[in-house]
Amino acid sequence: MNDGVNGVALGVFIFFFLAVTVMGFLAARWRKAENEHSLDEWGLGGRSFGTWVTWFLLGGDLYTAYTFVAVPAAIYAAGAAGFFAVPYTILVYPLIFTFLPRLWSVSHKHGYVTTSDFVRGRFGSKGLSLAVAVTGILATMPYIALQLVGIQAVLDVMGVGGGEDTNWFVKDLPLLIAFGVLAAYTYSSGLRAPALIAFVKDTLIYIVIAVAIIYIPIKLGGFDEIFAKAGEAYSQTNPATGAPRGALVPGEPGQWTYATLALGSALALFMYPHSITATLSSKSREVIRRNTTILPLYSLMLGLLALLGFMAIAAGVKVTNGQLAIPQLFENMFPAWFAGVAFAAIGIGALVPAAIMSIAAANLFTRNIYKDFIKPDATPEQETKVSKLVSLLVKVGALVFVLTMDKTVAINFQLLGGIWILQTFPALVGGLFTRWFHRWALLAGWAVGMVYGTIAAYGVASPTQKHFGGSSKEIPGIGEIGYIGLTAFVLNVVVTVVLTFVLKAFKAPEGVDETKPEDYTADAGDPGVQVELPPATAGAAH
Amino acid sequence: MSSDSPEARPPVVTPVRVVIALCLFAPFVAMLWVGSYAKVDPAFIGIPFFYWYQMLWVLISTALTMTAYKLWQRDQRARRGGAK
Repeated sequence: MNDGVNGVALGVFIFFFLAVTVMGFLAARWRKAENEHSLDEWGLGGRSFGTWVTWFLLGGDLYTAYTFVAVPAAIYAAGAAGFFAVPYTILVYPLIFTFLPRLWSVSHKHGYVTTSDFVRGRFGSKGLSLAVAVTGILATMPYIALQLVGIQAVLDVMGVGGGEDTNWFVKDLPLLIAFGVLAAYTYSSGLRAPALIAFVKDTLIYIVIAVAIIYIPIKLGGFDEIFAKAGEAYSQTNPATGAPRGALVPGEPGQWTYATLALGSALALFMYPHSITATLSSKSREVIRRNTTILPLYSLMLGLLALLGFMAIAAGVKVTNGQLAIPQLFENMFPAWFAGVAFAAIGIGALVPAAIMSIAAANLFTRNIYKDFIKPDATPEQETKVSKLVSLLVKVGALVFVLTMDKTVAINFQLLGGIWILQTFPALVGGLFTRWFHRWALLAGWAVGMVYGTIAAYGVASPTQKHFGGSSKEIPGIGEIGYIGLTAFVLNVVVTVVLTFVLKAFKAPEGVDETKPEDYTADAGDPGVQVELPPATAGAAH
Repeated sequence: MSSDSPEARPPVVTPVRVVIALCLFAPFVAMLWVGSYAKVDPAFIGIPFFYWYQMLWVLISTALTMTAYKLWQRDQRARRGGAK
């Protein structure tokens, strides 16, 4: 694979990389506010983004480089099962249409920056809020690490990833540079940097997909040919498992897995701190609802992108590491300069979400651990300072993770992260609609879901791994194979409901709810909801 | 709103809201019922049914969400107008 450096592709890649670096630093001046030392400014871009910026930001945030590499890689490896990403993103939008506007309203009314802020305010429980914050940080870290894995895949194919025998420093230097630059402009510009860079990223991605989906099938003799070859490849027996490699259409037993993965992932997506950060940065309730009607454009793109996995098979791409299948396909199929554009799209596609994720994790730490437990009287300036530092630490942590551990470790943790983050759903979404749940019951439900999910995932073996071999397992009581996260979630809800009845019967003390019913429907322009740039809401709200 | 007498409040469940709920719920039924679309034929320009059908649902669900959004906007406007 590393047969020399692809000079033209590398040149184009570096050009785009430099361009977004300049943009990242200039972003600090974009829509600059008077009060730049509040966390609302650095961490939420002043809560001022309109429909289009939010669209790019959310798109740039949710459809990450890892998605672009991993979804077609899953198709390449096993066929139909990998396509669950499409129904998953279809189901996300009706879901967020229902609950996100409420979260937006209550957060603007009370100056909440994170989901944990809301949970603490709603249930008056620092413990529950801490649980949500820690889950968020734990789930985000490996996600950031995977963005690095995405960049690494591209660098490898371009021939600058270095061989096995090169010195580790030389080998990882390109990655270190990319990350250093990312860290520097996130530190200085906050959420504005990824918001601005997201424009470039998505434009590149859309161009690459449009070209790929027309150009490659023409070169390979049409979709008939592609699927015929793919079907043939899937029916070959895999020597490791003794079963066929995959299928073009999921068989009867695979359908439960397919559906539960789609539903579980859809429920989990907007529990991730980075999705919420992008949402809260929008300037009105309407922006969010309007976005649910235009965001599906990304799902369509994802579907087309998934088809690239079949094309990689038909084009005869042979890689042992599935993550390299798509970059290798681009390298084989496209002229060098356009391969460079495609690699830049993936590379920048990693930078945007990595920036947003590190900001989101930093906000969680600052608001719900630092301010709640370490320094309750922190000023907005101090909050911002801590957040900036933590965003750096989080990124360094992810980098160390990727450089020192095997890639599969990052993927395993990401898989666990998805299962974990889903366990915050009852507290957050439940809390948005009702105050009926008891805070201790929610905490207990969360703990049960976390423990079950972790143990169940640990017990899944695959031909290559003894533990964490996959994310689906037999659902107790039903007997079908389903997504562990969803099973854990159901357990979580059952425990929460039962314990709520018990605790209410024993009259266990409820926390103080600082929100009012009308807070959940408040919109920009209503009294108490500042449209733009509240003077240091971050500190004043509590 | 809070000063309104209870009688003046429109009911919480209205036909329009039921339609909105159905628009938002339909994709769940369609997508989670995998058995309804797990087949190869009929293919479209060589793409098996399984794949193009789900991609078609991206468009259908977008249209449904958009309808829900428009209806909701109208519902809210009517309510605000009624409250004043």
